[in-house]
Amino acid sequence: MAGGKTVVAGGNTKSWKLLLGLRIFAFMATLAAAIVMALNKETKTLVVATIGTVPIKATLTAKFQHTPAFVFFVIANVMASFHNLLMIALQIFSPKLEHKGLHVLSIAILDMLNATLVSAAANAAVFVAELGKNGNKHAKWNKVCDRFATYCDHGAGALIAAFAGVILMILVSGVSISRLLFNSNKFSTTKAPATETDVP
Amino acid sequence: MVKLTQRLGGLVLRFAAFCAALGAVIAMITSRERSSFFVLSLVAKYSDLAAFKYFVIANAIVSVYSFLVLFLPKESLLWKFVVVLDLIVTMLLTSSLSAAVAVAQVGKRGNANAGWLPICGQVPRFCDQITGALIAGLVALVLYVFLLIVSIHHVVDPFLLRKS
Repeated sequence: MAGGKTVVAGGNTKSWKLLLGLRIFAFMATLAAAIVMALNKETKTLVVATIGTVPIKATLTAKFQHTPAFVFFVIANVMASFHNLLMIALQIFSPKLEHKGLHVLSIAILDMLNATLVSAAANAAVFVAELGKNGNKHAKWNKVCDRFATYCDHGAGALIAAFAGVILMILVSGVSISRLLFNSNKFSTTKAPATETDVP
Repeated sequence: MVKLTQRLGGLVLRFAAFCAALGAVIAMITSRERSSFFVLSLVAKYSDLAAFKYFVIANAIVSVYSFLVLFLPKESLLWKFVVVLDLIVTMLLTSSLSAAVAVAQVGKRGNANAGWLPICGQVPRFCDQITGALIAGLVALVLYVFLLIVSIHHVVDPFLLRKS
């Protein structure tokens, strides 16, 4: 990271604007993924058996709560979007507090933890969805997607939004870590004792 | 003195993470069981399920990476790069572990709504070995979360512990 970015002290520096923009997009992506998956439901009446000439119908529903991986997906995306919202609010409403070292470090660590959380949720959901789409002939699990096509399509949309959220969260963590590095460089070059306060 | 214990602690953690990731790979690769169900015979291998293949590949990458970073000298300029790589590796570990656990949970309990029967009743030893591999993967993940904090501390000094 060459010296194009100025020091972290809040306000309207380049890295502050970049971080805010990335966080807004990440918030929208994770929120969209959570909402689309939470509202994913499809009901179908299927003919299960025939007795004589009378077909017996059963009403089957496909809901996201049937699969624990999707429940984890919804919860993790809600948590990540809440974290992004909190960080956006913190960034907009208190730019003067940014220069304390522990503050920037905790933001960087929280960003990294949430990036890992969203990536774990998206990955678990995508592997279970692949099982539902293709089945598994070794374990004799048959496909679900040929009967519940709308459910699968909506689920796919939620997964795409979640992966976009993963990429954006990785970028957000990268920018947070680089702000941490620049903040620390600023402090380690000034040999000030603990009694002086730094002016941003 | 503090520096020496920090460096030693980092090395010990990384070696432990290397062992855990390698153990997860080996446990999953050697899990193979044949069971006969009336006239049908079912062979359960880890490569039947895509999530387990991803788990093996991810943990293999992590163990090779840990082994290489063990030999990085202390004052090298690459430590800033190691912070970013540690974050990427942690995300790789957590995503592979979570995918493998999600699929293994379907294998153990089945999914009544989709009509999927659990397979662990027929191949119990396979299931136990997969569980062991997943636990080793979890240990590697926890160690890497600590290692991430250690790497950041190596590059930055946020608690101002070094008096230079």
